Amino acid sequence: MTVFEKPKSLTDAEFHYCPGCTHGIIHRLVAEAIDALGIEGRAIGVAPVGCAVMAYNYFACDMVEAAHGRAPAVATGIKRSLPENIVFTYQGDGDLASIGMAETVHAATRNENITVIFVNNAIYGMTGGQMAPTSLPGQVTQTSPYGRDVSVAGYPVKVAELLSSLDGPEFIARVAVNNVKNVRNAKKIIEKAFQNQIEGKGFSLVEVVSSCPTNWGMTPDNALKWVEEKMIPYYPLGVFKDRSAGKEEDKA
Amino acid sequence: MGNKVLMKGNEAIAESAIRAGCRHYFGYPITPQTEVAAYMAKRMPKIGGTFLQAESEIAAINMVYGVAATGRRVMTSSSSPGISLKQEGISYIAGSDLPCLIVNVQRGGPGLGGIQPSQSDYFQATKGGGHGDYRLIVLAPSSVQEMADMTALAFDLADKYLMPVMLLADGTIGQMMEPVELPEAREPQFTEKDWAVTGTKMRRAHHIVNSLYLVPEELEKKNFERFERYARIEREEARFESFMMEDAEYCVVAFGIAARVSKNAVTAARREGLKVGMIRPVTLWPFPSAALAEAAKTVKGFLSVELSMGQMIEDVKLAVSCSRPVSLCRRAGGMIPSPDEVLTKIREMAGGYER
Repeated sequence: MTVFEKPKSLTDAEFHYCPGCTHGIIHRLVAEAIDALGIEGRAIGVAPVGCAVMAYNYFACDMVEAAHGRAPAVATGIKRSLPENIVFTYQGDGDLASIGMAETVHAATRNENITVIFVNNAIYGMTGGQMAPTSLPGQVTQTSPYGRDVSVAGYPVKVAELLSSLDGPEFIARVAVNNVKNVRNAKKIIEKAFQNQIEGKGFSLVEVVSSCPTNWGMTPDNALKWVEEKMIPYYPLGVFKDRSAGKEEDKA
Repeated sequence: MGNKVLMKGNEAIAESAIRAGCRHYFGYPITPQTEVAAYMAKRMPKIGGTFLQAESEIAAINMVYGVAATGRRVMTSSSSPGISLKQEGISYIAGSDLPCLIVNVQRGGPGLGGIQPSQSDYFQATKGGGHGDYRLIVLAPSSVQEMADMTALAFDLADKYLMPVMLLADGTIGQMMEPVELPEAREPQFTEKDWAVTGTKMRRAHHIVNSLYLVPEELEKKNFERFERYARIEREEARFESFMMEDAEYCVVAFGIAARVSKNAVTAARREGLKVGMIRPVTLWPFPSAALAEAAKTVKGFLSVELSMGQMIEDVKLAVSCSRPVSLCRRAGGMIPSPDEVLTKIREMAGGYER
């Protein structure tokens, strides 16, 4: 009996991610959700610019590579053209919360019926560890060598909270993948974000608090501890907006 | 067919695009092209199409990229400053070998410039406004009729060569009303394409729409392949109109609204006994270089008439290998030369180069 196998929605290509990076886990969770919902044949993914730039080689569904930050706009075009297909973006913090903030906010406020997987690891990984819009106050990066000074660089962007303030989006949640319990919950939430799209409910974004041992300069173990001790207190986990659930409560 | 209607140039673009089977339009408001968006906003919801006012020109062109990746006809329109913002997306679309239509109803620049007509985006349109080695097919309408005809042609060329096509109009043609015979309506085509993302349906390997090639040998190969296609386009798709060139000793070169003005000037010059003709480039890329080179064998000089500080003149000089003098009649900033101004330049050319 097979007890563990690779999701069908992942190709056989080897990931290029660094040891201890949590992108692998998140890719797997997305693929498992696609498998579980039986939507691989109609899924279309949009890859970002950043560490996950080559996600198009890893997901077995049709894929489009977007310019930096533009994935929600590209996904909008795809979804408007093929409303029966299931369209998702997979983006990092620099991509989604910095250069692509306008595309993110407006796709959300239009309640565009797409699924957004937002990986927040508080750093620009691909370019070698620069300060991200989500880097924590005091966090040392290549471009904040003395620690993020909020009087100069401002404060981190809390994407889930920010988007929840909009009337438009259907579902906004933040999860983490630093321990088994959190991974299991992340799986459930990511599946819901896809299920929402299948049901035509609209824009569903899952922020995944993630780690970057390489650019944080930590062992994978210590990086997961840092997620627990520093990241999650600043970026609390939970469902921030679930319009359908809210409506149901109203009825009751 | 055969029925003429009175339409604004911008509206003719929109109606012609719908008749060409385009069902997706993304735009952002900017003068003087707003009528395109307004027309689409009215019509698209009635025919099951998409009109979406994007949050920016950048978002609009990336929505275009998304639809183009699915293999459907799609367009955006804007004016000069907005077209600058679209350059990133245009480069990605060209680098991914996707078809689409981009309309630029030009206004004066640089910067915020003005809102009056201009042709000063010639360089941007024909030399590659975004990064990397790529080309756009650039069509230059000079009447409302051509706005309609070239919109239909643009979609066909984009699909044929898998590349973005730009309709390079200007504020005058966009805003003016003329009788126009609209092209026949065609239904949108939903044929499977071996590159489009439509979902694998578990029946085929996944399609990837992409412009990233990290192996330099692969990226170089992609560029060479693309340029083989461009070479074919240069051989087969250069279009121009020849006016009174049979016995011409002098040749005016002008496109778009400048060609309309120049035609009057050429006619007036003929009345004065000056043997002048005009070559009007209809495609700006590919530039009708062969036609100009042919003319250079018999004419004594060329006059480039432009609503810019002189951009196309560089291509005219290249086309004739500087074998004949090429002079310039220019207005900028939203100003249009009068036929008299062009006539004066024709007289100077004719006098200056010994009749």
